[in-house]
Amino acid sequence: MTASGEWPLYEVFVRGKRGLNHVHVGSLHAADDEMAVRNARDVYTRRNEGVSIWVVRADAITASSPDEKDPLFAPSGDKVYRHPTFYDIPADVPHM
Amino acid sequence: MAMSTTGPAAEAELERQFEETIARHDRIEPRDWMPEGYRATLVRQVAQHAHSEIIGMQPEGSWITRAPSLRRKAILLAKVQDEAGHGLYLYSACETLGVSRAELTEKLLSGRQKYSSIFNYPTLSYADVGTIGWLVDGAAICNQVPLCRTSYGPYGRAMIRICKEESFHQRQGYELLMTMMRGTDAQRAMVQESVDRFWWPALMMFGPPDAESPNTARSLAWGVKRDTNDDLRQKFVDMTVPQAERLGVTLPDPGLAWNEERGHHDFGEPDWEEFAQVVRGEGPCNAQRLAHRRRAHEDGAWVREAASAYAARQAAHPGGEAERQDAHEESAR
Repeated sequence: MTASGEWPLYEVFVRGKRGLNHVHVGSLHAADDEMAVRNARDVYTRRNEGVSIWVVRADAITASSPDEKDPLFAPSGDKVYRHPTFYDIPADVPHM
Repeated sequence: MAMSTTGPAAEAELERQFEETIARHDRIEPRDWMPEGYRATLVRQVAQHAHSEIIGMQPEGSWITRAPSLRRKAILLAKVQDEAGHGLYLYSACETLGVSRAELTEKLLSGRQKYSSIFNYPTLSYADVGTIGWLVDGAAICNQVPLCRTSYGPYGRAMIRICKEESFHQRQGYELLMTMMRGTDAQRAMVQESVDRFWWPALMMFGPPDAESPNTARSLAWGVKRDTNDDLRQKFVDMTVPQAERLGVTLPDPGLAWNEERGHHDFGEPDWEEFAQVVRGEGPCNAQRLAHRRRAHEDGAWVREAASAYAARQAAHPGGEAERQDAHEESAR
């Protein structure tokens, strides 16, 4: 339990089908990890929405802060040469 | 943090960024700065919505044990379970605004936060299960589809999940009523009586007329709401009239008529005095609904405590269960 006496918050990630990544679908409270998985099944996969579930305590997640948006993502901002459209290739070159 | 977040200048800059995001029709996400009024508006709306889903389990839940067939019972169980799920999606979304679940629960139980007034009407006959699916969930869909585009990300995502599931709710209700309309005269009368009772309360689900809805303009400007109460009410009436004709029931409004010029149906005014009464807590079932919810919460306390105690013990002695099992087998030998 957390200091406030509430069950901890878990974030829930579901793999929709084989071949896809787990995707964040929402959150829920549970007393422990096992209950979190069971509750996630009942809350987020009542209609075959998933083949696999991850749960992780929300307080275990480290996130980038929105205030740090510019410095954190700046390194990719000025590297347009990482995108295929940066390169000029004549239209008549096949299979490119 | 690179940027100071205090002082009026910094606050004005944050507000400008917020307004820009709204103007771009981009979504606001939980860790973004937002004006206190925006946060408070969302907490009120999302909490009321979540509470409605939870209280909304009661009117139909009372028919589960009396459903006329196993098929109808299974459908009703699934539907009521969905309502619980919808409540949980919405509580999650609301918690991203910095409110705790315990606080939301407490405010529902103490009556300080509201839920939709429609659930303060009783379900007197089995036909009400069908009528609720058709009219009440139909009105809810009208309200909720535009909310999939609401400006607050977690709320919009919860609405997308909910809307996908609501369609089943409405269709099962209409199918139930169609089945009864193919039955005996008594069954047809039961459907008509049920529609007579639910039509006006369903229209009230869209809230007071625009002229008397003080929050509408602000909510529209912030993109929290996407349409006015009166626009959504009109849309619902236009959608429902042909469905009623096909079903063979009469909607209890002598003023209901197609208006060629407007391209919409004209319809009568709901009894707003009755609406105000039910909102004040003087509806037919307000006291009963809250008392039931409080009892369920109190009766469940020992389960929550046991789960917490079990989790604490597991955390203190990982694998303790398996060891005891081994010891038991050992002593049995």
